[in-house]
Amino acid sequence: MATATGIYHTTYQADLALRKTRAEWIRLALIVVVVLGAPFVLNPFWLTVANQIGIAIIGAIGLNILTGHTGLISLGHGAFLGVGAYTSAILVSRFDVPTLVAIVCAVAVTVVVGTFFGLPSLRLKGLYLAMATLAAQFILLFAFRNWEVVTGGTDAVVVAHPEIFGWTLSSDFAWYWVIFAVAALVVLGARNLFRTGLGRAFHAVRDQDIAAAVMGIDVGRYKLLSFAISSGLVGLAGAMTAHYRTIVTWERFTLDVSVLYLAMIIVGGLGSVAGSVYGATFMTVLPAAIQQFARNVRETIPMLAREIPAIQLIVFGGVIVVFLLFEPRGLDRTWQRVKDYFRLWPFRY
Amino acid sequence: METLIQLTITGLANGAILALAALGFVIVFKATGVINFAQGYFLLVGAYLVWAGVVQFGMHWTVAVVVALIVAALLGLTTERFILRPLVGENVISVIMVTIGLAFVLQGAVQFLWGTEPRAMPAFIPRGTIDLVGVPVSLNRVIAVGLAGVAFAALTLFFQRSRHGIAMRAVADDQQAAMTVGISVRRVFALAWALAAISAVLAGVIVANLFGVSGEVAVFGLLVFPVVILGGLDSVPGTILAGLIIGLLMSFTAGYIGGGMQQVIPFVVLVLILLIKPYGLFGEVRIERV
Repeated sequence: MATATGIYHTTYQADLALRKTRAEWIRLALIVVVVLGAPFVLNPFWLTVANQIGIAIIGAIGLNILTGHTGLISLGHGAFLGVGAYTSAILVSRFDVPTLVAIVCAVAVTVVVGTFFGLPSLRLKGLYLAMATLAAQFILLFAFRNWEVVTGGTDAVVVAHPEIFGWTLSSDFAWYWVIFAVAALVVLGARNLFRTGLGRAFHAVRDQDIAAAVMGIDVGRYKLLSFAISSGLVGLAGAMTAHYRTIVTWERFTLDVSVLYLAMIIVGGLGSVAGSVYGATFMTVLPAAIQQFARNVRETIPMLAREIPAIQLIVFGGVIVVFLLFEPRGLDRTWQRVKDYFRLWPFRY
Repeated sequence: METLIQLTITGLANGAILALAALGFVIVFKATGVINFAQGYFLLVGAYLVWAGVVQFGMHWTVAVVVALIVAALLGLTTERFILRPLVGENVISVIMVTIGLAFVLQGAVQFLWGTEPRAMPAFIPRGTIDLVGVPVSLNRVIAVGLAGVAFAALTLFFQRSRHGIAMRAVADDQQAAMTVGISVRRVFALAWALAAISAVLAGVIVANLFGVSGEVAVFGLLVFPVVILGGLDSVPGTILAGLIIGLLMSFTAGYIGGGMQQVIPFVVLVLILLIKPYGLFGEVRIERV
């Protein structure tokens, strides 16, 4: 029951619900309508962007589980994305493994790799962990480029368009449904994860690890579990990118990608599933919008259009800095404030 | 034998420069507890400032270096005042990310102002070869080691003798106690960033002199992380020793194994050190069990 003074529950069921008020249901319905309708109205460029958003959502939720919810920073998730992409692409292109099986294998391999590089987290926190995962990033990237027998070195690994249950996924339009179906499942899974003991243990580890240990939470085990779940989701995102793009090269998994994903969850909101979605959307749309803008002004202001790569970098870095300084809890918090403003209007608080 | 000596000298020279690059990082960490991921880009900015001063504005190289040092110090001060100070007391993730964001802004600004094609640093550091125990060694590496040594000596003297240096050490040791005896912690923080930027210009010029003025300078700057972790993050002697060790290791790997292995070996060392001895060779051990 939602009133002007707050939300009240009269049954346990109502208290447990993911969507508590009618307004939340209406917003959900609107989102569903937009997501279902989008591929019919978007032009090819923005449809590709939409697909990238879907994949980014999966990866960002994965990283947020680790960084936002468990409080462990990772600068290696770009490379973990690559582990998923390479594993799946190699299995399909070289060993003729069915795509679905290959993706499952890719997730499993990424879980193992991610957990291995998560081992330092048993002893280290904060900046030391950042260093350890940074090293993971460089070591894995080196493996992608130089372990030629497996990854083909600097040559790209090419896969055919996948065939799932008899139909071939080749167009952006077909991929859209697959990507957003998976993304929706991941969102729902993540929302529910933090209502279980496992998710709450992650929060306990993040908020006060010593207190968590006192309460009987095996901190080391949950840290590794968080690394496992997080890298599993990122591996899934990587494998999907591989089959969606049908081409895997090492340039897509550099340190910049790790930073991009961290930027997504900071812009969206650390420790919030909805925030991961906002952040993934924002950080994918922003460079695409700048690129479109450059295309439009190519004739009128050629100087500006030429400098687009530099401007992209400045905007990207600037967005991270500005959000950390002025909205450290991200777009999720902005949205809360907007809602509060209208709920309490005409009063300030 | 000749290869061995050659590799040793190259390794030591690169190591000395690495240590110099890492020094600014250590100063900031020691005084303010901030991990500065933008240190590599401070090097890049420094190198470009000197290049621009000499080539674009036709200054004498001494003038160009002095101007670059002043601009860099201002950049350091601005960074501290407007970006890091508001985040005092925030969690580690935010502080790390804000310096990463800054790194991207600096990279973009350099690209915007000077483009991406590599440039040659004007040869104000002589570039011949000299004979050292019968092995030809390029002169600029020897000079680089000398310059790094001088910079280190000057900074050590600063920390040991000068008022501000001692204040910085006091703040690094215990902020509360330092405030109690009347040291301005804010001023020390500002000073630390200015010094970090200044040492980055010196390192950047030396690196650019060896490898040319391009984005590679910042890539070189990323190698400071293995160095500082091996050295123990807050120890100046540790940084020097670790710089030399990493330099030698890279040089020997390049000479005897090859295949680009030298790029990744420092990071393998980094992981091993973190697993075995996370506080490095000389780092202060802060016991915190989880």
